[in-house]
Amino acid sequence: MSETTTPATPTTPTASSRERALTVGVGAGGLATADMVLNIGPQHPATHGVLRLRIVVDGERIVSAEPVIGYMHRGAEKLFEVRDYRQIIVLANRHDWLSAFSNELGVVLGVEQMLGMEVPERAVWARTALAELNRVLNHLMFLGSYPLELGAITPVFHAFREREELQAVMEEVSGGRMHYMFNRVGGLKEDLPAGWMGRVDKAIANVRKRLPSLERLIVGNEILEARTRGVGVLPLETVRAYGVSGPIARASGLDVDLRRDAPYLAYGELFGDKGPGRVVTRSAGDCLARLEVLLEQVHVSLDLAQACLDRLVQLPQGPINVKLPKVLKVPEGQIYCATENPLGFNGYYLVSRGEKTPWRLKLRSASFNNVSVLSEMLPGQLIADMVAILGSMFFVVGDVDK
Amino acid sequence: MNLVLAPWLEVVLRALAVLVAFLVLPLLVGQTEHKVMAHMQGRLGPMYAGGFHGWAQLVADGVKFVQKEDITPARADRQVFRLAPFVALIPYLVALAVIPLSPKVVGATVDASVVLVLAVIGVGIIGTLMAGWASANKYSLLGAMRAAAQLVSYELPMVLAVASVALAAGTLSLVGIGNAWNPWWLLWQLPGAVVFLVSALAELQRPPFDMPLADSEIVFGAFTEYTGLRFAFFLLAEYAGIVVMSLLFAVLFLGGWHGPFEPWVGWVWTLLKGFLVAVVVIWLRVSWPRMREDQLQRLAWVWLVPMALFQLAITAVGVVVFPR
Repeated sequence: MSETTTPATPTTPTASSRERALTVGVGAGGLATADMVLNIGPQHPATHGVLRLRIVVDGERIVSAEPVIGYMHRGAEKLFEVRDYRQIIVLANRHDWLSAFSNELGVVLGVEQMLGMEVPERAVWARTALAELNRVLNHLMFLGSYPLELGAITPVFHAFREREELQAVMEEVSGGRMHYMFNRVGGLKEDLPAGWMGRVDKAIANVRKRLPSLERLIVGNEILEARTRGVGVLPLETVRAYGVSGPIARASGLDVDLRRDAPYLAYGELFGDKGPGRVVTRSAGDCLARLEVLLEQVHVSLDLAQACLDRLVQLPQGPINVKLPKVLKVPEGQIYCATENPLGFNGYYLVSRGEKTPWRLKLRSASFNNVSVLSEMLPGQLIADMVAILGSMFFVVGDVDK
Repeated sequence: MNLVLAPWLEVVLRALAVLVAFLVLPLLVGQTEHKVMAHMQGRLGPMYAGGFHGWAQLVADGVKFVQKEDITPARADRQVFRLAPFVALIPYLVALAVIPLSPKVVGATVDASVVLVLAVIGVGIIGTLMAGWASANKYSLLGAMRAAAQLVSYELPMVLAVASVALAAGTLSLVGIGNAWNPWWLLWQLPGAVVFLVSALAELQRPPFDMPLADSEIVFGAFTEYTGLRFAFFLLAEYAGIVVMSLLFAVLFLGGWHGPFEPWVGWVWTLLKGFLVAVVVIWLRVSWPRMREDQLQRLAWVWLVPMALFQLAITAVGVVVFPR
């Protein structure tokens, strides 16, 4: 239901019962209904953690909704200020725990730019490959959990089987399954293990081969389509107004992707004329469109990772990082370094006064903006649709609360 | 087989047999669900309890539920809250007593057993409504509201579908309907069978119609506040419901005890057919997401009711054109 057809202002019980098309009751008057305040969360299975939605419902129809955030606030920005740049990476990869590698990337890219550091070419391509594998891991998580919220219990197992395949190669290279800690200022922690690229090739091929069965379970299902098509339409103006980014913004038709529009790492070439990179967009802006964008991005990211591997094989042997001084001090100045994380723009605003710690490191996380739009989207929806919409906003609470 | 027993002894024995079936069959379905679902999802399911492929998992679950504290929320309507699980469970026991596995193997012979079964099954939903209202919990209330809304959509098509079978057999007795069945019914009563299966799923609140429970939306609806044995009773009611509905489907639409070999093994055929239907019910849970309440009502009034009426019409024509 769109905003134009429902008056969103809360009304008195008698007035709201009069607005209904169908009134149940005997005699002249219908049954009076009263609004009910319902707290969805902070402990609720649909909120993926501790997001809380304070909604006012009339029956199952939502009158107003307010996201209440901060239950997982860890003061990340303040903690950044008392750590040196090696330690910051540990902390920075945790706010969005599904995109750890991409989170690390923003920090090291910013520091490298301020230092004017030249990163070895092998490191650039390896970072790009890992970032794309990380994106696939992130998207597969949501492709499993979203159907779960709509009551389909099987896709999550398919999604996790594919995740496991990719986790194995990520673990082999970095030692971590979630918080990889593989980025260093100037490159990567270590060189890639012998034979690793062949195993990644195989893992990508396996995931590609089995992905169609997952897709059939999700977008090939009539009920899932009925639950998501036309539900929770996010108009383009709202996307712009709230700074929504990532797959959600692209599902509403906002054709923006930092990998193409402000290339970093090797994306300039990958999204160039003959590159495999392309920006996935939809125009409907409903839950189904958001899901479709995610699904297609998995394919694109697998292509990108494959292209990176093909290039890595051709590159001559050489270093994968730069030797750093014992105490790493970043020259005075400031920089804003944004990357296209799996869930949207992830930016670090780094201000240095020449110390070994930043004077200020502001974090712009994707989920924060993406979730704030909920108060616009939810009024007028049913509780059942609220869960469908909430799930399709693809957020991580740690990324909201920081 | 012509053993003559004292009437009181026969009543006791029959009642005991029904009770045993009522306690064993749902566990069997539950364990099947664990294993079938697991293998459909590339898992193993329970593997440890009892040693062999986790056969005792549900027994272990039962022991766990018994040990749990029985909590009644402070603001709950105490009497109603405590009574609700039994109201949900007992109707299925009564229904199971009159469903025949074969003309001989039946708990109690009742003339209009179809009517009795339908009436009794309809009572079970009141347990959910009582639980939802008495819990003094908003999620429970929403669940109960959904259950009530759901009731409106499945009862009518289900009754119409059963009426068609009764019309075809010319009797309201389940034994009579089972005896009158012949393989042509598989085709003749097909629309009715589909309608019955869909509305049975809605009655059981099983996926894709589990909106009154909807763990990811309203956190198990009416059962949110229940713990321990009372919660276990609700779960048992769900699986007893699957048993009752599957057996009913087997008797009404699949010919129950009709099958090869000696007539006295007929009860095995009924059980096997019922088991097959139960597996289908499980299968649907694995493969489909949840519908929305209004989508179910749309399905019921736009598809199920017209289909059931159409079935009733072709049954009537069939009965008139080919009298038995």
